Amino acid sequence: MAQNDEGKEKRKIKATGRMKEIMTSYYIDAKTAEQTGKKVAWITSGGPVEPLIAMDIIPVYPENHGAMIGSSKMGVDLCLKAEEMGYSSDLCSYARSDIGCAPVSGGPIGGLPKPDMLVCCNNICGTVLKWYEVQARYFNIPLFILDTPFTHVGFSAEAKNYVKRQILEYIGFLENATGKKFDHDRMREVGKLSLEGQRLWQAVLDMAVNRPSPLSAFDAFFHLALIVTLRGTQQTVDYYKLLLDEMQERVSQKIGAVANEQYRLLWDNLPIWYRMKWLSDKFAAENACLVADTYTTAWCGSMKYIREDDFLDTMAEGYSRIYLNIGVDQMADQVIAMAEKYAVDGIVMHSNRSCKPYSFGQYDIQRIVAEKTGIPTLMIEADMVDARNFSEGQVETRIEAFIEVLKGKRRTLEK
Amino acid sequence: MKIHEDFSKIIHDPYGYAANLNDEKKIVGTVCSYVPEEIILAAGATPFRLFGSFEKTRLADAHLQSYGCSLAKGVLEDALAGKLDFLDGVVFTHTCDTMQRLSDIWRINVKDIFHLDVILPVKLDTESARAYYRDVLQTFRVELAERLGVTISDDDLRRGIVASNRIRRAFGRIYDMTAQAPGILQGEELYMLDRAGMMMERNRFADLIEETANKLSENVTNHTGASAPKRIFLEGGICNYPDIFNIIEESGGVVAGDDLCTGFRYFSGLVDETNPDPILAIADRYIRRISCPAKHQGTTVRGERLVEMARERQAQGVVFFLLKFCDPHAFDYPYLRDTLEKAGIPVLMVEVDDPLQGEGQLRTRLEAFMEMI
Ligand code: SF4
Ligand code: SF4
Repeated sequence: MAQNDEGKEKRKIKATGRMKEIMTSYYIDAKTAEQTGKKVAWITSGGPVEPLIAMDIIPVYPENHGAMIGSSKMGVDLCLKAEEMGYSSDLCSYARSDIGCAPVSGGPIGGLPKPDMLVCCNNICGTVLKWYEVQARYFNIPLFILDTPFTHVGFSAEAKNYVKRQILEYIGFLENATGKKFDHDRMREVGKLSLEGQRLWQAVLDMAVNRPSPLSAFDAFFHLALIVTLRGTQQTVDYYKLLLDEMQERVSQKIGAVANEQYRLLWDNLPIWYRMKWLSDKFAAENACLVADTYTTAWCGSMKYIREDDFLDTMAEGYSRIYLNIGVDQMADQVIAMAEKYAVDGIVMHSNRSCKPYSFGQYDIQRIVAEKTGIPTLMIEADMVDARNFSEGQVETRIEAFIEVLKGKRRTLEK
Repeated sequence: MKIHEDFSKIIHDPYGYAANLNDEKKIVGTVCSYVPEEIILAAGATPFRLFGSFEKTRLADAHLQSYGCSLAKGVLEDALAGKLDFLDGVVFTHTCDTMQRLSDIWRINVKDIFHLDVILPVKLDTESARAYYRDVLQTFRVELAERLGVTISDDDLRRGIVASNRIRRAFGRIYDMTAQAPGILQGEELYMLDRAGMMMERNRFADLIEETANKLSENVTNHTGASAPKRIFLEGGICNYPDIFNIIEESGGVVAGDDLCTGFRYFSGLVDETNPDPILAIADRYIRRISCPAKHQGTTVRGERLVEMARERQAQGVVFFLLKFCDPHAFDYPYLRDTLEKAGIPVLMVEVDDPLQGEGQLRTRLEAFMEMI
């Protein structure tokens, strides 16, 4: 028993403490922005934050807030609040909990700091457009929409033109909102830091190719916060260097995220925030490690389109071609590439009632992956924040049955 | 007034109608009122709006989860079941998240006919969006011509525009008359006209609808206005239920106007026939037209225009039809409700799903609403 505890202690990621510090001071900064005279912009998770950083505007992420609400199990209450206001319970629970939260300053941190402006990029979904319209009316503040045309099969020349023009409009919007000129030199710096942060984050995730994997998707969900919120800052670069060092150290000492890694799995879709611990224990108990996921890589997946020396101009394409803004067949290709890269035995798909753009098409991805690779998939029906859509008994049974399938496959292989 | 029997025929057997028509015409399936039908007409083909037939969706269930709207599922089901084999191709436009994915799923699973995406801008209130809108339609024109093996000249486009405008003008007249003398057409008949106008060969339809408008205008002067039913304006998305119109009328209401995806929104606004750039003229109509909630014309425009429309039609109440799992409409509902109520217009919300459930309850709610307003 004592030995077991010791192993557990060894497996804890040490950088976690630093991460909490950074996030706490970031939220304090944001919450006191009014006193310090800084502007606050709410921005969607897939939106281009770099120009905000370059303008010294504090970016705040309602989706990150949604995740915190989910993790602290306050989602159902706030969703109910939105439903009382007339929002259907079938809408995205990030949106519902944030909309429900605003008038009551509820949630784990007493509500988000009030925004001076809103920046909505629809590269992740159409939901954010409607959600930001709601908040623009509620707070009565300007809304900028960066419209990134969907890239079913490719990114057309006209779409590229359109997004590029909007990047200039975005800058004009920020200049208006702050009364300051945009500093292009500063932007170049921020662009470099952003790319460096993304590379480091990808390098951290890449560590999972090792056996045992030094980190799990559950760790990635947690350590993701900085690449989302503070992309483009030195702080983020420093932090991911620290984390990468630790991961390398773990690899050399063969410290795995899961004590006895037997099965390696790939997670698809958003986390189930209110059940992270339960799920992580559940899989660990089956000696299964979720080594990678399609969600946390979304913040560095389109790096290839961005040029370091010309960030502003090339980000139009980078931001338009992110994971959720591409066709289902391209998503399937990426899932297969990840499955191969991380050498997984199975895929766990979270069919997430809240997120239609992420979830519709999963059945086809499942089929394509099976046809091309033979890798089996487990489909879990749930919701990322609204715990009313989670059935523990059902999920538990399905996970156990899935592990049995993997065991059976392995036995046949060994014969 | 009795409407022409061709209207009811096509409503009762749309696919049979299309299969026949297909002997002489190419047919292009559409899923949304944003598909630029003038361009399809210019190519000599007939745009045919798909609604899905509302049966069991066994095949579609293998591709779309239970939380997809019944429109998406119904359309996919029919495609997978081979019921849409009369189509030469299908055109998707960028509206909601469900449509995006439906387009992908269709493209991957339904072979043999062409598939095109028209990836429209989501915001409609900037110059750059307008330029992009034009570019996208121009690309569509080229791609469609290629798929159909034709060329589309500017004159072809102008002919397409004239045909669509004829239909829109006639509908404009009809809607004005029903507002002025509600009851001259039953709600269900209006529903049939709307639907037929999205499926029938358009020249034929234009003749018939003009004839209908003319006949109605004779009636409208003689109309005495029955027992003063309550004037209702309908707002919402897809409405596949002719029964709802009957229920409204039986509850003491009359439909004085609508802003439904499958109703007047489809026909509202004309394309400028004098614009030397016909593609830009088509884009401009969509940019100015009352928008679908999946598009952005400003944060308060939909509310303002809805109040305006309801007032114009002298509506005593607005009934929302929200299709279950339809996100864009569900997001706008609370704000539209509040805006209407602030303007003193009472609101009733009805959530509908396929098949229509709880008809008795729906009737009771509508009756109570009619009494209240
Ligand atoms: S619908 Fe999906 S992508 Fe959009 S905000 Fe909700 S969870 Fe995020
Ligand atoms: S707009 Fe609504 S009805 Fe239309 S496809 Fe999307 S979810 Fe379905």
